[in-house]
Amino acid sequence: MEEGKRVCALVVDDDRLSQRVHAALLRKYGILETEVVENGKEAVDLFKSGKTFDLVIMDLEMPVMDGSEATRELREMGVTSMIVGVTACEVEAEKAEFMRAGLDACWDKPLSGSAIIAMLDELAKKLL
Amino acid sequence: MQRQLATMKQSLFDQGYLDEQFVQLEELQDEVNPNFVEEVVTLYYRDSVRLVQNLEQALEKNPLDFSKLDSYMHQFKGSSSSIGAKKVKIECTQFREYCRTGNGEGCKRTFQQLKKEYATLKKKLEVYFQFARQVGPVEKARRPK
Repeated sequence: MEEGKRVCALVVDDDRLSQRVHAALLRKYGILETEVVENGKEAVDLFKSGKTFDLVIMDLEMPVMDGSEATRELREMGVTSMIVGVTACEVEAEKAEFMRAGLDACWDKPLSGSAIIAMLDELAKKLL
Repeated sequence: MQRQLATMKQSLFDQGYLDEQFVQLEELQDEVNPNFVEEVVTLYYRDSVRLVQNLEQALEKNPLDFSKLDSYMHQFKGSSSSIGAKKVKIECTQFREYCRTGNGEGCKRTFQQLKKEYATLKKKLEVYFQFARQVGPVEKARRPK
């Protein structure tokens, strides 16, 4: 990551375990500013309040508003942040639909260090 | 004692209780979060109590709601995967297959096995973490052979 630029990330997941692990993964690879919310609506509300994030890690299945709906809404709002979907879902059709909502990429849960590295490499290219 | 800790961990991998994800968690431990793995595992067992209860209640219904059962087990599998609980994850997968085929007896049988694996892992990890605390600050995570 370019020195001096603080990359901000948002973890959107209703599972406390996933929240904890994803935030720790991001911190390990240099993303020191991470916020965590519990569902898609909270993510959308954060962006509506004026907050911006370079990277959003979006879970698919969440109560109130799921990842697909949240991603669609964010894109309709004009959000250009990198949005990466994560899901434990094994149905390819559902993952494809999640991608079509406007994701930049979709990864299987649980996320690994190599997945985070790949995401951050893409983000670095995007931010240049 | 570090070697004994490593042997204990290797044994958990060799017996199939844990997978690579556990090592990924250990790699997230540092000076800021020296007990990260134990905290995450504790969180897993605390949060999954509700899911186990939901599954037990759902398995008592007649007729069974396989869609609801599958949904609960999807969550449980996800959490179990996050800590590298390999045997638990295998039972979760089997359970979901029985949901898919509408096999209620299969679901009930698999759930009993799942609870055994879940409880066994908990005991083994409690012993492991107790030992780890005695050993002291965690050295860099080593991948099992």
